[in-house]
Amino acid sequence: MNAASTTSLGSKVSTGAEGSHTDESLSEIWRALETLTDPEIPVVSLREMGILRDVRGDALHGFEVVITPTYSGCPAMEQIHDDVLATMQQVGLKASVVTQLAPAWTTDWMTAEAHEKLRAYGIAPPLACATSAAYANASESKAHVLTFAKRTAANQNIACPQCTSDNTTEISHFGSTACKALYKCLACLETFDYFKPY
Amino acid sequence: MAGSSHADAAHIDYILHLADNAVVLGQRNGEWCGHGPVLEEDIAMTNMSLDLIGQARMLYQHAASLLGDGATEDSLSYFRDAHVFRNYTLLELPHHGALVGYAIDNRDYAVTIVRNFLYSSLMLLVWNRLQNSSDTQLAAIAAKSLKEVRYHVRHAGDWLVRFGDGTTESHDKAQAALDHLMPYTQEFWRASDFESCVAANGVGADITSLRYTWEIQLQNTLSEATLQMPTAGGFITTGKQQVHSEHLTFLLEEMQSLARRHPEGVW
Repeated sequence: MNAASTTSLGSKVSTGAEGSHTDESLSEIWRALETLTDPEIPVVSLREMGILRDVRGDALHGFEVVITPTYSGCPAMEQIHDDVLATMQQVGLKASVVTQLAPAWTTDWMTAEAHEKLRAYGIAPPLACATSAAYANASESKAHVLTFAKRTAANQNIACPQCTSDNTTEISHFGSTACKALYKCLACLETFDYFKPY
Repeated sequence: MAGSSHADAAHIDYILHLADNAVVLGQRNGEWCGHGPVLEEDIAMTNMSLDLIGQARMLYQHAASLLGDGATEDSLSYFRDAHVFRNYTLLELPHHGALVGYAIDNRDYAVTIVRNFLYSSLMLLVWNRLQNSSDTQLAAIAAKSLKEVRYHVRHAGDWLVRFGDGTTESHDKAQAALDHLMPYTQEFWRASDFESCVAANGVGADITSLRYTWEIQLQNTLSEATLQMPTAGGFITTGKQQVHSEHLTFLLEEMQSLARRHPEGVW
């Protein structure tokens, strides 16, 4: 294996003339892919969503675009896969798409810009996942922790994306797509989607 | 795959067991699509089926890569017959109580909710353990599935409490569903040969060790729901060992007929 084909270094380390050429191609790919959005949420890019994980490789061996699925059954993944391939074709670079499961996608990877764009689009952005992970990890060692009485606990402080009131209530854990719950604002009486922590 | 052929076979059987569980319950719960008791529940049930079928796809893809020889996620889900499926019998039962022979009744949402609770509260523990599987692909699938099953447990638990601690009618229906389904959970705890093998070599979870925690979870929720824990006794079903009730064939017939009618079809 020579330096130019050491794909993981390509984007970070200049390895002479061929290396900087690879750097340019990788930046070009990132720029081109920035225009792609989740088909269900057309205001947030795949990078901002945390779906687009990596671009690696070089012109000689071909480039790899790494994406990770959100929910296991999310039907948007096939569309995203095809969109990435089509974009690479437009850019004129040979590339394949790699779907990687681990580490598992989490809403914590969404950028601050993504949160703002979601809110502007009318979707309340997700709270941090840390609490729900601790909840699950505790479930095996301390079985008594796993009770189902705390129905309101998860509903705290989901601000209405329309009027910003915290006075909201959950209508259903499951909404228009796998990643959302349905909420209602008790101040402005609008219903809205809440992006569930995952 | 350097291990013995016995361990390899057990490994594949275990992945297929997990995949078959997910696809059969996903298909069964999908029957509520367009027929849910209220709109929100129709959407909830189909969202959860989507999760289960997504999990099944990842597991079948993994099993196909271990099997080689041209196996695909489609060949494993659409072109295997009922007598080789390895799902728990609990998951193939219709959405109504026990009836004789082939008799059918209207779907009962209490049966749906009770089954989802019994199964998803088990899988919460199983996926949690499998995050540490020596099979790294299985561990990756487990980490994703765990995030999804948390929402499934919460949904079923909420409704179980609402039914049990609701009206006399909803309480009685929930209790009847529990009395009907509880005996089928005995199958969870009798480890088959393939489960014992994968538990020993670090691929799988030692299912019997999860029983105590599962029972406490169930007891806590039933207490809140004012429901009685039935004694699980009688015949122990053997779905995971490929001997099923009469219901699986009908379920698979519906699920597989399109792919079998158009085996070259692409979508």
